[in-house]
Amino acid sequence: MSERLVVDPITRIEGHLRIEAQLDGSRIAQAYSSGTSVRGIETILKGRDPRDAWGFAQRICGVCTLVHGMASVRAVEDALRIELPANAQLIRNLMIGAQFVHDHVMHFYHLHALDWVDVVSALSADPQATSDLAQSISAWPKSSPGYFADTQKRIRTFVESGQLGIFANGYWGHPAYKLPPEANLMAVAHYLEALAWQRDAARLHAIFGGKNPHPNFVVGGVPCPIDLDSDSAINAKRFAEVRDILQSMQTFVDQVYVPDTLAIAGFYKDWAERGEGLGNFMCYGDLPGTGSMDPATFLFPRGVILDRDLSTIHEIDLHDASQIQEFVAHSWYDYESGNDQGLHPYDGETNLEYDGRGGVKPPYTQLDVDQGYSWMKSPRWKGQAMEVGPLARVLMLHATGHAQTRELVEMTLSKLDLPVEALFSTLGRTAARTLETKIMVDAMHGWLDDLIANVKAGDTRTFDDSLWNPASWPSEARGAGYMEAPRGALGHWILIRDGRIDNYQAVVPSTWNAGPRDVADQAGAYEAALQDNHELADVKQPIEILRTIHSFDPCIACAVHLTDPESGERMQIRVT
Amino acid sequence: MANLKTPDKTLGEGLREIGLSRRGFLKFCAATASMMALPPNLVPAIAAALEQARRPSVIWLSFQECTGCTESLTRSHSPSVENLILDLVSLDYHHTLQAAAGEAAEEARLQAMEANRGQYLVIVDGSIPGPDANPGYSTVAGHSNYDILMETVEHAAAVIAVGTCAAFGGLPQAKPNPTGAMSVMDLVHDKPVINVSGCPPIPMVITGVLAHYLTFGRLPELDAYRRPMAFYGQSIHDRCYRRPFYDKGLFAESFDDAGAKLGWCLYRLGCKGPTTYNACATMRWNSGTSWPVESGHPCLGCSEPGFWDDAGFYEPVSVPIGVTSKTLIEGAAVGAVAGAGIAALARKAKKEAVANRQPVTIDELEQKL
Repeated sequence: MSERLVVDPITRIEGHLRIEAQLDGSRIAQAYSSGTSVRGIETILKGRDPRDAWGFAQRICGVCTLVHGMASVRAVEDALRIELPANAQLIRNLMIGAQFVHDHVMHFYHLHALDWVDVVSALSADPQATSDLAQSISAWPKSSPGYFADTQKRIRTFVESGQLGIFANGYWGHPAYKLPPEANLMAVAHYLEALAWQRDAARLHAIFGGKNPHPNFVVGGVPCPIDLDSDSAINAKRFAEVRDILQSMQTFVDQVYVPDTLAIAGFYKDWAERGEGLGNFMCYGDLPGTGSMDPATFLFPRGVILDRDLSTIHEIDLHDASQIQEFVAHSWYDYESGNDQGLHPYDGETNLEYDGRGGVKPPYTQLDVDQGYSWMKSPRWKGQAMEVGPLARVLMLHATGHAQTRELVEMTLSKLDLPVEALFSTLGRTAARTLETKIMVDAMHGWLDDLIANVKAGDTRTFDDSLWNPASWPSEARGAGYMEAPRGALGHWILIRDGRIDNYQAVVPSTWNAGPRDVADQAGAYEAALQDNHELADVKQPIEILRTIHSFDPCIACAVHLTDPESGERMQIRVT
Repeated sequence: MANLKTPDKTLGEGLREIGLSRRGFLKFCAATASMMALPPNLVPAIAAALEQARRPSVIWLSFQECTGCTESLTRSHSPSVENLILDLVSLDYHHTLQAAAGEAAEEARLQAMEANRGQYLVIVDGSIPGPDANPGYSTVAGHSNYDILMETVEHAAAVIAVGTCAAFGGLPQAKPNPTGAMSVMDLVHDKPVINVSGCPPIPMVITGVLAHYLTFGRLPELDAYRRPMAFYGQSIHDRCYRRPFYDKGLFAESFDDAGAKLGWCLYRLGCKGPTTYNACATMRWNSGTSWPVESGHPCLGCSEPGFWDDAGFYEPVSVPIGVTSKTLIEGAAVGAVAGAGIAALARKAKKEAVANRQPVTIDELEQKL
């Protein structure tokens, strides 16, 4: 086997991701994505109280900190046929919204920006010109020459201290950095502002869920009661706080995040020509308008788009054993009945097998990609690899005629003077994340209005206790909980027997995107995107790999949490 | 840029150069003091100590984790994460935040270890598959987590295990511990190890422990689980604003019932406050916005060892209702509360230390400035 370019650790992500790239000259010919850490949360969940599952599942990931808790309570509610009070659904929507806005802004500034923004170049910016630039694109008030001079001084002091901390060994001065010094300085200022802003945004989760990261949930509703006459419930003061937080989110998205995305994208239009990958997109849909999970009321629609064809939306059924399946041909797992087949999550097996499935003994320099090379499985929909996430959602909204989405996409393309095909790219993926943040923050005001209107009309219910007691459950039940997480379509499947978890499977967005090749040698979304027109300017500083991988916003702890080391026992359970 | 020169300014000089006012600096010192429950007359001493300090090198190792602890770090408002990484420490290796990737990232870790030999702090989040587990269960740059931990701590000044996974094994170690996950203190025996538990820990507790080290140049007093007394010295129950309802026997029986709305005690809904030692009830979460009990959910007990395998979230701890705090501790000591016996022993020592401290709030301190 010839030498391969290895990037491990991929930093500025969640979790442990390794990319290996087989080069043809300076061009990526083959890319391999590997999740290199496993914990075994699904196995740990077995035998426990299904009402506790959310707490365990939530710790799959602390970045998308809410989503696994949410998918988990929804799985139990689906299994037990629990319908939520309308207020609980609205509060959950608000919490999902806050997660998106918080997560996407932090991704842009703290995880992705340094792929495009050269911190060192900011030192040579003219503060007056930076101010002119900032004021030309936004009404954001922190834009005076003095403000940028202070920021620059702070960075200079930091650099001159000789201790570069998190900025040490960055690819500063790399020819792929195209922003003028003033745009770099503006972006660095916003990097720091966003760190402060996000603390405030996260407070919404604390109001309804007690804390962030890892806010609390409860099967059948939300844990916080509403009582306008209590000092220890959601009351008028709390509603006012939520409104303030929404306003702060709205302002930052409108005046900083959206204009910065457009301004920075304008210098990187060549990134609209690479990084597409699969051309297949999938959404489970989310953000219901009522207490039930009725897709007809979702803000984010569900469906599959194949091969860029926006004119046909294919339907998804999470319960159909032939649709969503996971493969392990290149994963460090063993299937009892053979490693070439796919298994639906209800029938899922996950037996750890590192040594016997091609895992190379650490310390190693190169994966054996002919065998297993990742702790991630390869999920497929009807046998096809899918991209999930912001680009999938924006395309789905666009395809289904969502007016605001169409307007935002048109505005973006016309400002950047790019054709609609530009969406299918690294740049398109990053822009889609920004646009859906705008859609989300706008929608949040409506949910808060609806919640307050319900309370005004006398409805304060936030919890349905009718099926809280496990004695009221059928002896066997199964369900699928799903949501649109910031990184894409997320599903949890649960089997309940005699009040306990009999089996639990999560198929998560980053497994769809970051998973390895399947039995038919179809690449996963990361791999396919890296194989799309990536020429490395300097193989020792592969910034191009970081750009495209970060455009997906990897969350690897999410993607590799599977195991069932003891048995391949499969449960066949009829829906009761 | 690649050649790091020796730091030539003290922290105080650096802070003044970036335009932090004397008052702003004192406010920071006061907040630091209050977080550590120190009396306000120590603020000038803290200020003097901080002004002398150079930014110590911090190497943050992430193993079997969810990044919730890093997310929590970024929620700290005093010191804020931006002040922390620009002004207070040199965060030389941190997967989630650092610019460098791949070889350049590993190079940064090795450079920091070399340049600060014997002086750098190692922070760990996540558990580690132990020496007997398959090393392939968790690797970075092709190396097992165990090898990286051992290599990195060898010349460290101290190790801080952030979060319940690093401190006690946490979720990966919950039954049946599929990957042989172990805690830092299971593996590191020849260095000081501080446990900052919680899932995740309270943001200001993470930065508070760092601030203590930066300010005083030594590690804080620890309990039997190696947790700083300043944050883990009191039970949630003893500091809970709903405690009077417990004493009166007034309990929420269900989410959203009349008692829940009125803020009555969540004990019967499974609250683990009586057996959980953490600062949530006093410091609260997210800039003091709320905390789990205030938002209606029982405490999960996430800062305690083995909490994942203790009673279910909604099963009340087996303590007779109406007992005082003292009898509760005794009850725990005789094993009425599973797994709490060791903690109860540690608590006797804690009680004496607590009696000698003078806890103050940030507000009080700021008023006195």
